[in-house]
Amino acid sequence: MTGLRDVTGPYFGEFGGRFVPESLIEALDQLTEAYEWSKTDPGFAAELAGLHRSYTGRPSPVTEVKRFAEHAGGARVLLKREDLNHTGSHKINNVLGQALLTKRVGKTRIIAETGAGQHGVATATAAALFGLDCVIYMGEVDTRRQALNVARMRLLGAEVIAVRSGSRTLKDAINEAFRDWVTNVETTNYIFGTVAGPHPFPALVRDFQKIIGEEAREQVLELTGALPDAVAACVGGGSNAMGIFDAFLDDAGVRLLGFEAGGDGADTPRTAATITVGSPGVLHGARSYLLQDEDGQTIESHSISAGLDYPGVGPEHSWLHAIGRAEYRPVTDTAAMEALRLLSRTEGIIPAIESAHALAGVLDLGRELGPDATILVSLSGRGDKDMETAAAWFDLYDAEPEATEGDLGGVES
Amino acid sequence: MSRVAAAIGRRNREAAGALVGYLPVGFPDLPTSIEAAVALVENGVDVLELGLPYSDPVMDGVVIQDATQRALANGFRLQHGFEAVHAIVERTGAPVLVMTYWNPVLRYGVDRFADDLAAAGGAGLITPDLIPDEAAGWLATSDRTGLDRVFLAAPTSTGTRLRRAVELSRGFTYAVSTMGITGERADVARSARDLVERMRAVGSDSACVGIGISTGEHVREVLEYADGAIVGTALVRALADGGVAGVARTAAALAAGTLG
Repeated sequence: MTGLRDVTGPYFGEFGGRFVPESLIEALDQLTEAYEWSKTDPGFAAELAGLHRSYTGRPSPVTEVKRFAEHAGGARVLLKREDLNHTGSHKINNVLGQALLTKRVGKTRIIAETGAGQHGVATATAAALFGLDCVIYMGEVDTRRQALNVARMRLLGAEVIAVRSGSRTLKDAINEAFRDWVTNVETTNYIFGTVAGPHPFPALVRDFQKIIGEEAREQVLELTGALPDAVAACVGGGSNAMGIFDAFLDDAGVRLLGFEAGGDGADTPRTAATITVGSPGVLHGARSYLLQDEDGQTIESHSISAGLDYPGVGPEHSWLHAIGRAEYRPVTDTAAMEALRLLSRTEGIIPAIESAHALAGVLDLGRELGPDATILVSLSGRGDKDMETAAAWFDLYDAEPEATEGDLGGVES
Repeated sequence: MSRVAAAIGRRNREAAGALVGYLPVGFPDLPTSIEAAVALVENGVDVLELGLPYSDPVMDGVVIQDATQRALANGFRLQHGFEAVHAIVERTGAPVLVMTYWNPVLRYGVDRFADDLAAAGGAGLITPDLIPDEAAGWLATSDRTGLDRVFLAAPTSTGTRLRRAVELSRGFTYAVSTMGITGERADVARSARDLVERMRAVGSDSACVGIGISTGEHVREVLEYADGAIVGTALVRALADGGVAGVARTAAALAAGTLG
């Protein structure tokens, strides 16, 4: 019997496909072939598992956060700690797999897009580790709000190109990376960072990220003796969410919740809540939900989180939404930042702003599910990169110590 | 028979081959883009390729990106595309293909788009990000409406894929000269000649080469082996720099290459 986990593309229901110029088809075919090989080759699996263990630091732990959970209706809240991975987020899981595939297809140069910079840092890291040339495309707006990650990538030896076309954010960085790939496909592999894009990327990236959920499912069973009632993650393109959802797709009793970046609010024009307010169409090589106007022009997204500031979403998420297997809800900038501060002050864990969207969603979800529920949350990244944004949001640099104390005090009340 | 294929065939009998000229609708504004397209035909362009500005044009280099972004910033709407086609066809009688990324067509509705394009007098669509594998709906609609459909062939396309692109294309098959995006280049890649030879081998009788063709000399060279030469960036740059008079001069210089 086949389950939802067995769907591997190119289509997830009516979503997915390969809407790309013919010039890219050979490269996608080559990558698909390498990916199929990697699924059955024991040597590949062993090499990747070795890297996860000795380089990334896997398995990542699951942490129960009781003081935070008091604010979530008393439900049991368990964090899957992808923030503790080398380079600071889940992105490394996928990048190491794709870097090994790059070696397999005999290419010497890798390119990647990045929004928050986490995927760019992970890719630059893999390039250093494997001795590959590396170019990272990043929207100019994002290079400013994530300047620390730009410096990290450059220190690691990557060239960072600030993209000045369109909205100058993640979607334009992807366009520019595709343009590079079309031109340099003979030497270059495109290490795509999320479960979007043309086939095989949605399936391939999910498969390299599904270790999150596979580990967590065992860890939660061991810790609680049962499966969680709900699994939650933030969704931009959706790679950490697919990574943690996948192992639970065929566990019908486990609710899956994706929290999108609501920006100023999903009912305002300044939002990135693609599934909540978007509609099906084609963007970046796949049919999926996207933010578009009535002429099919992509609408620029807005989120405080660079990593979620994307007007598209992976096709498997669109499918899970369409068949009702997963639920997608928007979380505003404000709610995410409050959750970021709450986790910091209740648990001593500073999450990435992206991950804070999931935490904010869980505060409400916990109250809905009640104290008997167990909720597993993907803590996809750490917040070090977001300190400038957080400092500005909470006025951390300028406020007097006492004023800061009073300002923050309200969170826990 | 396709009006586009007929025009290309006629130019191959009369001269060395056809010149296909690209300009985006709405750049620098809608009336000027129509005047510029008319000027192309008056100066020797045989088939027009009108581009619809799109927010995420992954096949386009910086010159065309800048032009189409400006058109979008000026308020380009799909309706303007149909208006431009109608006006240009009425004034020139030349066959007009629309070059569009796929999402605007999907959003508008494939059938509705095709009907409105046909009603405007358009000849068909060039679809840079729609490969035949994903085109089932468009194949049916283009058959119903009789519109041309131009698919792309790349130097890296397998023999099977080339055959499919050639068999399913109507009007012409777009041979991508080199791996890359639109833009001017010093030379036309050697890979273009090889690609067209491979397309001939699978039955192409209407192969036009595009990407990197920017001078009359390039056009002459391409028409030694291809049925048509497609020029975009050089025309857009001429329009940006010299207005309608400038683009007319550039079109005439390019068209000189069709005389062999």
